[in-house]
Amino acid sequence: MPTALELILIVGMAVVTFAVRFPVLVLVGRLPLPAPVFRALRYVPAAVLTAIIVPEVFMPGGTLTLSLESSTLVAGVVSALIAWRSGNLLLTITLGMGAFLLHRAVMGGF
Amino acid sequence: MASLSVSLSTPPAEFIAGARATLPLIVGGIPFGIIFGALAITSGMSPGAALMMSLLVYAGSAQFIGVNLFAAGAAIPLIVLTTFIVNVRHALYAATLAPHVRHLPIGWLLPLGFMLTDETFVVVIQHYAHDDSPRHKHWFYLGSALAMYISWTATTLIGIIAGGSIDNPERWGLDFAMSATFIGIVVPAIKTRPILAAVVTAGFVAMIANPLPYKLGLIAAALAGVAAGVIAEMLSGRAADAQPDVSPDSI
Repeated sequence: MPTALELILIVGMAVVTFAVRFPVLVLVGRLPLPAPVFRALRYVPAAVLTAIIVPEVFMPGGTLTLSLESSTLVAGVVSALIAWRSGNLLLTITLGMGAFLLHRAVMGGF
Repeated sequence: MASLSVSLSTPPAEFIAGARATLPLIVGGIPFGIIFGALAITSGMSPGAALMMSLLVYAGSAQFIGVNLFAAGAAIPLIVLTTFIVNVRHALYAATLAPHVRHLPIGWLLPLGFMLTDETFVVVIQHYAHDDSPRHKHWFYLGSALAMYISWTATTLIGIIAGGSIDNPERWGLDFAMSATFIGIVVPAIKTRPILAAVVTAGFVAMIANPLPYKLGLIAAALAGVAAGVIAEMLSGRAADAQPDVSPDSI
């Protein structure tokens, strides 16, 4: 069973997460937004996802690691090449993960 | 699955198509959910709390950070504030989707808003970008969101059960699955110069701003990327050609 402290934590996290999703979904649809804002919003997916990936791939553990010994970097490059050539998401995920685990094993990461 | 671009008229067909289109992202999220469940247990959280967090918060990366901070003894208001900042990007998603769901009653918007994640957003915005039969597209959204939600809670449960037997789950590095997933979405979407500008700028700022606390670098990078895309679009004067929607052929 969750402790009282855990419950407070979960409720707090749930409330703020819901608060960034739901009100915006309701209000923005009902407010007349200028066209340039909608044009800008079209860049959201690519910009946000890139901002999530890049530090994970280039800075594992928080420090810039540009080395062939970096599993995230090597597998990231492999994933990007597969994605670019195939455009197939599932293929990119499976081969990208495969490259990551293989590199990890070869480098003695386990 | 190019078949998704054909006209889907009925709610059940849209619902199933939404769930199917989310399948690749579910595959990418499976290790993420298992690791979350295992990590929560090994860092001292009760099984009930770990499952409840996936059921009620439903925000992958924020849950990881929340559990880590909680285990490190951080104050609850600080963890909640960090959760808010990590999830601010969802407000951008909501703003992007809002015009497409404006006709729906609150009873629909509540679950759709609650289940708005990175994965469902990229799948659903792609579907809304098609001009065909917009009437039942909220069923596609619901199908995608529910499939992801069920998968996330189920994999969390697996991780909780396996928790004790997985030694040091973070060392597995299986969270690279999430990076591979997002790479598979972003790279094929780079079809125009404005999107390239958005991606390069977001990536550059994400690295420079990475040391900022509370993942503030993420939102700074996202905003810089969006700004770069808009500026590049204005400079190239080819707004009509821009197709910044994330649209991998496999979705």
